[in-house]
Amino acid sequence: MIKLIANIGKYFQMLWIVFSKPEKWRIFRKRLFEEIQLIGINSIPLVALMSTFMGGVIALQTASNMDNPLLPEYTIGYITRSSTILEFSPTIISLILAGKVGSNVASEIGTMRTTEQIDALEIMGVNSLTFLVLPKIMAAVLFFPILIIFSMGLSLVGGWLSLTMADLSSTETYVFGIRSFFFVSNIVYALGKTVVFAFLIVSIASFYGYYTKGGALDVGKSSTQAVVSSSVAILAANFLITQMFLL
Amino acid sequence: MIEVIGLNKSFGDNQVLFDIDTVFEKGKVNLIIGQSGQGKSVLAKCIVGLHKPESGQVLFDGRNFLELSRAERTDVRKEIGMLFQGSALFDSMTVEENVMFPLTMFTKMSKKEMLERANFCLERVNLTGKNNLYPAECSGGMQKRIAIARAIAMKPKYLFCDEPNSGLDPKTALVIDNLIREITYEYEITTVVITHDMNSVIEIGDNVIFIYKGQNWWQGNRDSIITTDNAEIGDFVYASEFMKEIRANMVDKRK
Repeated sequence: MIKLIANIGKYFQMLWIVFSKPEKWRIFRKRLFEEIQLIGINSIPLVALMSTFMGGVIALQTASNMDNPLLPEYTIGYITRSSTILEFSPTIISLILAGKVGSNVASEIGTMRTTEQIDALEIMGVNSLTFLVLPKIMAAVLFFPILIIFSMGLSLVGGWLSLTMADLSSTETYVFGIRSFFFVSNIVYALGKTVVFAFLIVSIASFYGYYTKGGALDVGKSSTQAVVSSSVAILAANFLITQMFLL
Repeated sequence: MIEVIGLNKSFGDNQVLFDIDTVFEKGKVNLIIGQSGQGKSVLAKCIVGLHKPESGQVLFDGRNFLELSRAERTDVRKEIGMLFQGSALFDSMTVEENVMFPLTMFTKMSKKEMLERANFCLERVNLTGKNNLYPAECSGGMQKRIAIARAIAMKPKYLFCDEPNSGLDPKTALVIDNLIREITYEYEITTVVITHDMNSVIEIGDNVIFIYKGQNWWQGNRDSIITTDNAEIGDFVYASEFMKEIRANMVDKRK
C-alpha cells in the first residue's frame, strides 16, 4: 500500500516535469508527428478489425435477444448505436490500445533507460521527460478521439453487414434505428472519456518505462505492469466519468 | 578543470564514496581506475549530476555544479560530452542524426552548417561516408567512434568516457584510446576516463586516480603507477604473473 502511494506521488512528480516548456518547438512538432504516426496511424488496422467485428457481434446478439413482437425492429439499430458509442468504442477500444500502445511506449522508454540513452539526453542538458513523454501524450490525446470516431463508424457498418447478411433486418430499418433518439451529447461524452483514457494509457506506460531499473527482463516487467495498471485506471476512470455525467 | 571536494555518496545504508578529493586537469586525460564495485562509475555519475551526492562539491572551472539552478546546470551540461559504456546512441536515428542531435537541440545553426559539423566530427573519428547507417548496422568499435563524434559535436570543455574499451578487441581499443588522447590535446578538453584496461593506463594516463573501497586511494600518472609500491595498486594492476613480469622488465629498463 505504501509502495502504491509512493508510486502515485512519483507519477504526479513526473507529470509536473513532463509539462515543462519544450527546448525547441520545431523539434517538438517533429516528434509529435512521428508519435501520431506510431501511436495513432499505426493503430488504425487493429482498430478497424476489432470495431467491425465488435459491431457485428453486438447487432447479432441484440437481434437474437429480440423475441418480443412488441419491440419494433429498428430497436436493433438503436441499441447497437447506443452500446457502440457509449461504451464499446471508447472503452473497449481504449483497453485494446492500452495493450498495444501501452506496452510499446513502456518498452521503448524502458529500453532507452537500460541502454543509458536517457542518461545521454540528461547529460546533454535535454529534459528527457519533456522530450520523450510530452509528444507521446499529446499525440494520443489528439489522435485517439479520431480513432474512436473511426471505430464508431466501422462498428455501425459491421452491425449493418452482419444483420443484412444474416437477413435479420433491412438496411432502411437499421439506419432508422441508428438515427432514432440521437443526442450529440453522447458523442461528446464518449470523446471526452477517450481523451482521459488516452492520457492515462500513455502517461502510465511512460511512468513504468522511465523508471525501469535493470535489464531486458525488467523492461518486460515494466511493459506488463504498464498494461495492467493502465487497464485498471481506464476501468476506474470509466466508472467515475459515467457516474459524473450520466447519472 | 574539474575539482571534486569532500564528495560522499550512499545508496540507503550502503556508503559507496567516502570523502573524495581530487582534481581533473584541463588538457589532460584523467583516468579513474579501480576494481569493479569500488565506486568509479558512481563517482563519474555524481560529477555529471546523474546521482546526487549527500555532501561535497563539484567545481566545473569554479562553478559549483551541485548548487547551480536547473537552468545554470543545463548550461554546464551543454559543455559536457559523454561517451557511455554501451555507446547510448539513439536507435531510431541514423549516424548523422545522432551526431547532429545536440546541435539541433541547442544551436541555431542552419541544416547545412549542422551537416558540415557532423561530417567534420565523423571525419575526425574516421567514419566518413557512414552518415546514413543506423547504430544497429555498426560494429561495437564504430558505435564508440560515433558516440565520440556526438560527444565532440558541441565542442565540449569536458569529456567523460565510461569504460570506452569494454567489449572491444585490443587493436580497436587502442584506436579509441588514441582518439580520446588526440581530441583531448587538440581541443584542450578536461577528459575523464573510467577504465579497467591497463593498456589504457599505460597509453593515455596523464593523471591516474585509483579508487579503492570508495576512497581516493592513490593518485599519480602512467609512469608512477609502474614504480609505486602501493600494495592495493599492485594487486589490481599486476594481478597476473604475466603482468608482474612485464612490470619487472619495465622497472629494469627505467633503471
